[in-house]
Amino acid sequence: MAELEAVIGLEIHVQLATKTKMFCGCELSFGEEPNVHTCPICLAHPGVLPVPNEQAIRYALQIGLALECEIAPWSIFHRKNYFYPDSPKAYQISQYDIPIASNGKLGDVRIHRAHLEEDAAKTIHIGESGRIHGSAFSLVDFNRGGTPLVEIVTEPDLRGAAEAAEWARLLRETVRQLGVSDVNMEEGSLRVDANVSVRPAGSEELGTKTELKNMNSFRFLQRGIEAELERQRELVGSGGQVVQETLHFDPRDGSLTPLRSKEEAHDYRYFPEPDLVPLTPTEEMLREARAALPELPAARIERYEEMGVPTDTATLLAGAPQVAELFEETADEVTGVEPRVVANWLTGELTATLRKHGLREDWRERPVDSSSFARVMEMVEAKRISHASGKEVLEILVAEGGGDPDAIIERKGLAQMSDSGELEAIVEKAMADNPDAVERVREGNEKAIGAIVGAIMRETKGRADGGEVNRLIRERL
Amino acid sequence: MIDRDQVLHVAKLARLRLSEEDVERMVGELSGILDHVDRIGNLDLEGVEPTSHVVALENVLRADEPWQSLPRDVALAPAPDPSDGAFRVPSPQAE
Amino acid sequence: MASLLDLTALEAREAMAAGDLDATEYTAAWREAAAGDELNAYLWRDGDSEEAAAIAVERGSIAPIAVKDIFCTEGVPTTAGSRILEGYRPPYTSTAVQKLLGAGAPILGKTNMDEFAMGSSNENSAYGPVLNPWDRERVPGGSSGGSAAVVAGGLAPWSIGTDTGGSIRQPAAFCGIVGLKPTYGAISRYGMIAFASSLDQCGPLTRTVSDAALLLGILQGRDPLDSTSVGLDGGVSLPDRQDLLGLRFGVPAELARDAVDSGVREVFERTLRKIEDLGGEIAEVSLPSAEHGISAYYVIAPAEASSNLARYDGVRYGMRAGGDGDLIEMYETTRSEGFGEEVKRRIMLGTYALSSGYYEAYYGQAQKVRTRIAEDFSGAFAGVDFVVTPTAPSVAFKLGEKTDDPLAMYLNDFFTVPMSLAGIPAISIPAGLAAPEGGGPQLPVGFQIAAPAFAEQRLLDAAYALEQGIGFDARPGGADG
Ligand SMILES: [Mg+2]
Ligand SMILES: [Zn+2]
Repeated sequence: MAELEAVIGLEIHVQLATKTKMFCGCELSFGEEPNVHTCPICLAHPGVLPVPNEQAIRYALQIGLALECEIAPWSIFHRKNYFYPDSPKAYQISQYDIPIASNGKLGDVRIHRAHLEEDAAKTIHIGESGRIHGSAFSLVDFNRGGTPLVEIVTEPDLRGAAEAAEWARLLRETVRQLGVSDVNMEEGSLRVDANVSVRPAGSEELGTKTELKNMNSFRFLQRGIEAELERQRELVGSGGQVVQETLHFDPRDGSLTPLRSKEEAHDYRYFPEPDLVPLTPTEEMLREARAALPELPAARIERYEEMGVPTDTATLLAGAPQVAELFEETADEVTGVEPRVVANWLTGELTATLRKHGLREDWRERPVDSSSFARVMEMVEAKRISHASGKEVLEILVAEGGGDPDAIIERKGLAQMSDSGELEAIVEKAMADNPDAVERVREGNEKAIGAIVGAIMRETKGRADGGEVNRLIRERL
Repeated sequence: MIDRDQVLHVAKLARLRLSEEDVERMVGELSGILDHVDRIGNLDLEGVEPTSHVVALENVLRADEPWQSLPRDVALAPAPDPSDGAFRVPSPQAE
Repeated sequence: MASLLDLTALEAREAMAAGDLDATEYTAAWREAAAGDELNAYLWRDGDSEEAAAIAVERGSIAPIAVKDIFCTEGVPTTAGSRILEGYRPPYTSTAVQKLLGAGAPILGKTNMDEFAMGSSNENSAYGPVLNPWDRERVPGGSSGGSAAVVAGGLAPWSIGTDTGGSIRQPAAFCGIVGLKPTYGAISRYGMIAFASSLDQCGPLTRTVSDAALLLGILQGRDPLDSTSVGLDGGVSLPDRQDLLGLRFGVPAELARDAVDSGVREVFERTLRKIEDLGGEIAEVSLPSAEHGISAYYVIAPAEASSNLARYDGVRYGMRAGGDGDLIEMYETTRSEGFGEEVKRRIMLGTYALSSGYYEAYYGQAQKVRTRIAEDFSGAFAGVDFVVTPTAPSVAFKLGEKTDDPLAMYLNDFFTVPMSLAGIPAISIPAGLAAPEGGGPQLPVGFQIAAPAFAEQRLLDAAYALEQGIGFDARPGGADG
């Protein structure tokens, strides 16, 4: 039997960060008392009608454009009919055969479609076990019901669990930077379901897929897919067949259990929503949506790579827009320092310093201004100060909320030892103090040189240039 | 024509419980109506655009401005079984 | 008192404006008349309960009105004629009722109707049938039977109803009054309990064409709460046209061929001659797809209804039964006990038409027929100003006469359904009296005039001229008023 290849597609529900619901003026709510954001419309009283939220349409257009989708010049809403207490009308208003956006891509993954719909209400099952099965009754809270959603469906282009989780992170970052959603997986403003199947490597056919739900973190997404791939590989490998079903991920033990279907017959009886008129995005609407697009992570990564920044560093920067902004300004301002080096300083030294001070990369006020930062790197690059001293200056800048790097170097006496005679004397003393190490280096144990260098650095308080120290030791061996 | 099994399936989709007598009657009545309706099945309407709307409107949207939601007691007042500030319903059972 | 109630709504308004009529006294007289309802036409009257504060009009400046029980009215029982909404008091008021209150019209009460507006005889109300004031053994038509009966029976000066496939026009015809179904989108549907969303339209039931114009003027308008509402550009002015000179009236060849009672046909023919007397011209037009209207309608309307009525699930409002079982048990018990036979029949029909494997054959095909019918009308209106037909193929039939044969009942909508599918305005005016086929009392016959979309003003002007020419002044003898 050939090796079994993983085939994964994702379905992502993004709650839009509008002020009001999709089809009524009730405010969106966050962890409030149940049923305090409802009205006759979102409770589906007799006679009410939906009117779409224009901001939700704008956000959907932005998402569509950010995912390089074709925007439908004419699209409509459908009714998806099913009975469940979380669906007050007993139908969800969604888009069906003509979504607002389709045929896009993000990174290497093709986007099948992105469409607008409304969220369901929250149902809490009460009972001994606290689970659906065997519980006595449920309580319905309509606060969330009617929250605008964009559902994004990918083509089955992902080939592994880690790859899927990584791509999902890129999508989250992309949507987050659009500013159209909080994209918080724990809180459910970003929900990622996975369609998972396996097939013999090289085959073009798709195997039977299962749908994985309730993975409310990227780690769980990866774990869920891994577990399901393993199950399917074992099943198919031993001659079994995958059954199409929906599996519920349990974060407590990582298990997957089949979910009872909401409507056993699965016949949603879609038909065009007669209460709504078509959406026909105008040139104006599209222009506005395009203008609102920031540079998105995928484009940024590509641009940074062209500047010579390694892919992983570029990805880190693209995921933290504030850091990226500081990177660009500093790289612009600095002389004689490669962008690659600036990027390394930012994602390495600066980030470590920030952590030490309990700061995060999504700072409001910059911990260090670009010209001071540039100056520090320039001096390191010119060997005026050592790398370690550069780090120290940076730390002082952050701790003191700014300052003049030259003055700090002066104050702390960090300038590289330029007097060769002074350094030579220290080197000679260090060698004399560590005869064992000198002997071992002579015998070919290169590592032993560390003890001599360490002694010199202690003596010079790190002001000596490591390369120069090395040269002077070797001269004397 | 619609048969017994179809009537039972459709009743299930529509969440209606039919007595044996209801089923019998539905089979007859619905078949009679469908016989009449089926005449349009024979029309050649290839290429005709379906009309789901008679009004020629587009992009009728609402500004994203919050309005006053209902006080919770008002929202719950018409409910058959309000409980703990929520709408209580029997739980779905495993089949 | 009798003379007070004889005033048309327009006359009453003018008298009130001139200070010749005391609004409070006038409204009180109508409340008293409404209290004497022997037709089962009202389901609720103001004064029946204390909760009507939200709809209380301080001092009326226009005639009080009866409202079909399909319009949500805050704090006032609103049932849509269904058991499933028994005791339901909406937390909000429909735009149409809001407009009436805004115009200073006190609400007299809520009128009986076929459950969820499904029916042509008012026999499908969970609260018992409405009796026709002309002959209490006969139906008033439906589904706005209560709204027609109160106006014809002297229990209200005017009323509003809804028309999905003829539900204003046909009861107006059966009760000898004026009924107007406006263009789809002329009046907001917000707060009007949905039957078939793409067809439902609110409209006036009145004694005269002028009253219909007055009421339409109050009700029409684009509503931000209804995406599909448009309103009528320029509003509505009172008609005063005296002749039909230069106007062409088209009689559809296909519809004329179908079975129409001889009495009805006679009145219809006589009315055509009257049009010619007034200077109008009669022409034959062709609506080849109109004969399929009933088929398309009885797919589209039930399909939309099956979805619209799915919200009655015993969770948030209305009746609940079987709550001791599991969720599905509760759903099924509530809906099976809460809905009447006709509603269940239509839900079944509509669910079937939308279900997997049947959508294209039924719903898809019906929507295409709808396109064809709309095209037929556009074609006809290229050559004529109006299309005219009898409103119904017969006069009011007897209670129970058609309840065993749903298809026969549906065919009663033959002349009214095509206009609904095309979304165009149509009015029924009383054109004369005729005896039912096989003999019986003289009963009113309606004459239907349809116009292009949004041509309400022209329609009302022509209907007014014809109304004056016909001079219909018969009144039912069965009820006093
Ligand atoms: Mg969805
Ligand atoms: Zn709401």
